[in-house]
Amino acid sequence: MSTDTATKPPVGVRVRSWFGDNALKFYAVIAFAYLLLPVAYTFVFSFNDAGRTNIVWQGFTLDNWKNPCGAPQVCESVVNSIVLALGVTIMSTILGTLIAFALVRYQFRGRGTTNLTIFLPMATPEVVLGSSLLALFLNIFVPLGFWTVFIAHVMFCISFVVVTVKARLASLDPRLEQAAMDLYANEREAFRRITLPLVAPGIAAAALLAFSLSFDDFIITNFNSGQFTTFPKFVYVSATRGIPAQANVIASAMFFIALALVLVSQIRNMRRKEA
Amino acid sequence: MSIAAAIGDTLEEQPHKNKPQKQGRFTPYWLLLPGLLWLTIFFIVPLVTLFGTSLMTPVPGGDVGEFEQTFHFANYVDTLTDSTYYIPLFRSFIYSGIATLLALAIGYPLAYAIAFKGGRYRNILLVLVIAPFFVSFILRTVAWRQILADEGPVVAILRYLSLVEPTGGVYPSAFAVIMGLTYNFLPFMTLPIYASLERVDHRLIEASGDLYAKPFTGFRKVTWPLSLPGVVAGTLLTFIPAAGDYVNAALLGRPSNTMIGNRIEYTFLSVNDYPTAAVLSFILMATILVLVLFYIRRMGTEELV
Repeated sequence: MSTDTATKPPVGVRVRSWFGDNALKFYAVIAFAYLLLPVAYTFVFSFNDAGRTNIVWQGFTLDNWKNPCGAPQVCESVVNSIVLALGVTIMSTILGTLIAFALVRYQFRGRGTTNLTIFLPMATPEVVLGSSLLALFLNIFVPLGFWTVFIAHVMFCISFVVVTVKARLASLDPRLEQAAMDLYANEREAFRRITLPLVAPGIAAAALLAFSLSFDDFIITNFNSGQFTTFPKFVYVSATRGIPAQANVIASAMFFIALALVLVSQIRNMRRKEA
Repeated sequence: MSIAAAIGDTLEEQPHKNKPQKQGRFTPYWLLLPGLLWLTIFFIVPLVTLFGTSLMTPVPGGDVGEFEQTFHFANYVDTLTDSTYYIPLFRSFIYSGIATLLALAIGYPLAYAIAFKGGRYRNILLVLVIAPFFVSFILRTVAWRQILADEGPVVAILRYLSLVEPTGGVYPSAFAVIMGLTYNFLPFMTLPIYASLERVDHRLIEASGDLYAKPFTGFRKVTWPLSLPGVVAGTLLTFIPAAGDYVNAALLGRPSNTMIGNRIEYTFLSVNDYPTAAVLSFILMATILVLVLFYIRRMGTEELV
């Protein structure tokens, strides 16, 4: 007993640190509730028996989940968004990864200008990016549609790909590549068998980021899309007259798919570290 | 995680332990060419075009949306002295400033809790911070409209506590807009702060305790300065998009809460007054750049002290 009390800090300190610990945890729980409340609302209202306007709760139904394409334009816009985001992901990941390699692995003149050109699009508000690109398209009479949105999305995704891949690449030990070349791998083999596999997680993370940025973008899309409708644009346009519950179904389904994918990979990582 | 990494490295150049060592003279330029060409044609050229547009005047006797280049710099004076424009501009910076402070007040303790109390669940808690991104941000903002509506739970609680009039509400209002901005950009604040807190060496904090610093002093003198890069990145990533946002003001506010983004969108897409919209875009961008440079310099010097 006496040893027990001797090792413990005095009561006052213990009370204070218990309070400190739990106050912080309590605060974190409230912050998480704030972050996730609208997500929960979106999910709950996907079961609303609402008909066309999904504003007030009118009773539980599974109809929306059974027929997610039931409302006009919902699935069409989702397909548009997915096709667009896939194309944007491929293009911006290639362009951004090349830049990241140049920045980390080579010494060249014009590095400062390059860094500035990468940084500026991230520091520019979306209205400015959207309106300036529209000004260009209007001036040279480019018809708005899928391709103008594609161009715009690739433009703002490149910078995010560059910084993500660059971070991974910079943390790699270049001696690994040298070792491969000491063991008679030529430069191309060393790249393919050593560098690329090690950078792959960074490229994958960049691709995921580009996909989600493109899929969820509204402001730049709204300026440059003309008649072409993406999912966020569809939701925004229908917000005035009421969003069909099917939009909530699709958003909730995507939420759970994405969450499951990320959680599975995180838990696998955790296991691997413990093993 | 990826976002955190991306954000963390946006501002600070990666320190290379090992110098870049490949020699190919033209290789880096071939690697840079396609991406930089894309950014030049679709980012820099548009900005120049936008600047050109901002100096145009209507074609005499022309249709709506027809303009000619007259290098009419007075467009800037006309727009800046028009209260339908400078008031929303001013309001944008007030709203996004308050939202940034609120996001810091919520995001810093959250990041701190995850980094120092999260234990083995840290990564899963981080996923929960990013999770809202998986639902379209417009749907989430619309959800806030339902949550804050007169028949929603928030108003019911506030009425019960007599914090609003029995017939009063909280939506649409400036409060709802600022709350929405805070909400939408909170993960952008939390992730970079987490990224820099995670790198803090716990032994430094212990050392401050060993040297008789009280926990709060230890935080103020050790943890907070070490987390400043994250705080700077987080505040910028919140403030910049919030200042240009118009979705929150459009969905959660009244006409009297319009921000400069709403004005730009309306003038550009509905009125087709391209020069005025271009002027507004340029003023917004210039103001943000000035604020950001000032802020980075100030934070940079404070960090040295």
